[in-house]
Amino acid sequence: MTATSEAATTSRVAAPSADQGRRKVDPTYLVMLLPPVVLFTIFITLPGIVGMFYSITDYAGYGDWKFIGLTNYQAIFSDPRILGAYTFTIGFSFVTVILVNAVALALAIGLNAKIKFKKGLRGTFVLPMVISGIVIAYVFNYLFSTSLPTIAAALGIDALAGSILANPSLAWIGVVIVTAWQAVPGAMIIYLAGLLAIPTDVYEAADVDGASSWRKFTAITLPLMVGYVVINTILGFKNFLNAYDIIVGLTNGGPGTSTFSIAMTIFTGFTSGDYAYQMANAVLFFIVTIAISLFQLELIRRRGVSL
Amino acid sequence: MTTTRTSQDATATTVPAGRPRRPRRRREPKEDYRVNWRLTGLLAAASLAVLLPMYFTITMALKTSQQAASGTGFSLPWPVNLGNFTEAWRLTNFGRAFAISVFISVVAVSGVILLASAAAFAISQNWDRKLFRYSYYYLLGAMFIPFPVIALPQIKFMSIAGLSNPAGVAILHILFQMSFNILLYSAFLRSIPGELIESAHIDGATTAQTFRRLILPLLAPMNATVGIFVFLFSWNDFMMPSLIVANPALQTIPVVQSLFQSQFSANYNIAFASYLMAMAPTVVAYVFAQRWVMSGVTRGAIKG
Repeated sequence: MTATSEAATTSRVAAPSADQGRRKVDPTYLVMLLPPVVLFTIFITLPGIVGMFYSITDYAGYGDWKFIGLTNYQAIFSDPRILGAYTFTIGFSFVTVILVNAVALALAIGLNAKIKFKKGLRGTFVLPMVISGIVIAYVFNYLFSTSLPTIAAALGIDALAGSILANPSLAWIGVVIVTAWQAVPGAMIIYLAGLLAIPTDVYEAADVDGASSWRKFTAITLPLMVGYVVINTILGFKNFLNAYDIIVGLTNGGPGTSTFSIAMTIFTGFTSGDYAYQMANAVLFFIVTIAISLFQLELIRRRGVSL
Repeated sequence: MTTTRTSQDATATTVPAGRPRRPRRRREPKEDYRVNWRLTGLLAAASLAVLLPMYFTITMALKTSQQAASGTGFSLPWPVNLGNFTEAWRLTNFGRAFAISVFISVVAVSGVILLASAAAFAISQNWDRKLFRYSYYYLLGAMFIPFPVIALPQIKFMSIAGLSNPAGVAILHILFQMSFNILLYSAFLRSIPGELIESAHIDGATTAQTFRRLILPLLAPMNATVGIFVFLFSWNDFMMPSLIVANPALQTIPVVQSLFQSQFSANYNIAFASYLMAMAPTVVAYVFAQRWVMSGVTRGAIKG
């Protein structure tokens, strides 16, 4: 239980002296450490293991079951509904991450410039972050399905006269817009923090040399912001791959199944009697999530960005 | 060619150079501060993207059903119909949903602050012990487990354990928010000099006393930001309560909005009054806690 002092050599903490390793650990520390570890094991690890176990059975969520090996996993790859959900969710996450980063960086640069009403504007742009996703989605649902078509019809724009949420090939755009609307503030604040860390001298020097604004942006701002772009990309993917609340309020997966997200397909396992099958889907989703995270971490490592 | 060289030289000499910290430049720029009005206008126009949906929600909430049923919804409500709020309150039983949301967020916030800060303190003080180090990595692992991945078995388990209720939601909120905050607290605690804690020990303080009297006060600004973010997450969450809480009468404010969609159906004015009431608590809290929200996101990003 008590670790040997050999561990102290790898210690990253300033405090512990070499002999502390041999002393008996103060029980108070165990009382502090154990509740999270125990709760975590009961509520997250064990259900996770049980779920993985069921993914190789034909368990329906009730009654008897038997092992069926990897049949569930094989079935997923020929299930258009699940494949569609992966295509939609990953594609939607990709587009939203790009949109959110572009808008957030532009806003942060604007808010960091010599402008009037800085505080008020900043406060306004952060506001969407604090509102519940499903409530925002209901508000935009009305805007997209009633207000926008009415305005478009009055202006004679036929292309937008119907609700974009009722159009299977356009509904995803609505989901992207609302998700971005809510996600921009968080990314923007991170960019603002990054911009504040850039010394103003750098820009002054560039001014002296007569650099254009665009040149200053590409040669100074962007390279110095790469680390923050990486953070925002990772956080963005982490959130968007789990998309649920906003889609439920906006399209509920429709029209048809055109905006059905991975989370939504997994949750159908509660009611549809294919618990084990959706559990296999969940395991696959976990692997995809980890793969995307590792891929991003690898990118970080290559760029030598320190977090 | 020459210009780039000078630019590099200028940067090299002025930026790092390890000069003694000089007074911050141009904090209060009196001269040479030309307001960029074009950009201000541009940003003000962009802020309409946030303000218009807000304006729209408010006007819709103040209309009569006839007004709400016609036009785009952007026209001003006249006469103002405040009755929507009482109607929405009565229909959704807002008072009860509010109490349940408050209960879940309060438990989640205090739970995360207490458990995460204590665990982070224990870990940072015993980093040389394998048990603590591995526990740390184990707990951080949760950051990579999205809720949908374990939702099916977890919710089954919650119902077996008799936790298909707000208390169960609060526990899961604590667990899913804990990892990241243990990371935050640990990063901060590592910056506290070990001598400080040692001297408390020498003065005869027990570990528990050191934590309560020394560490918790030091963590106060941290607790504020952690608290705000756990509150926002917990209060606004739809996914977990909608799946876990079995009894619709015990649902939180966001879930109630979806439960009453069919009742709202044609009465958009009442629906929007309900949405506005659902938004109000966090928006009001935000207005007062704006400063911490900003610094909190930054802190999370830099450390995380």
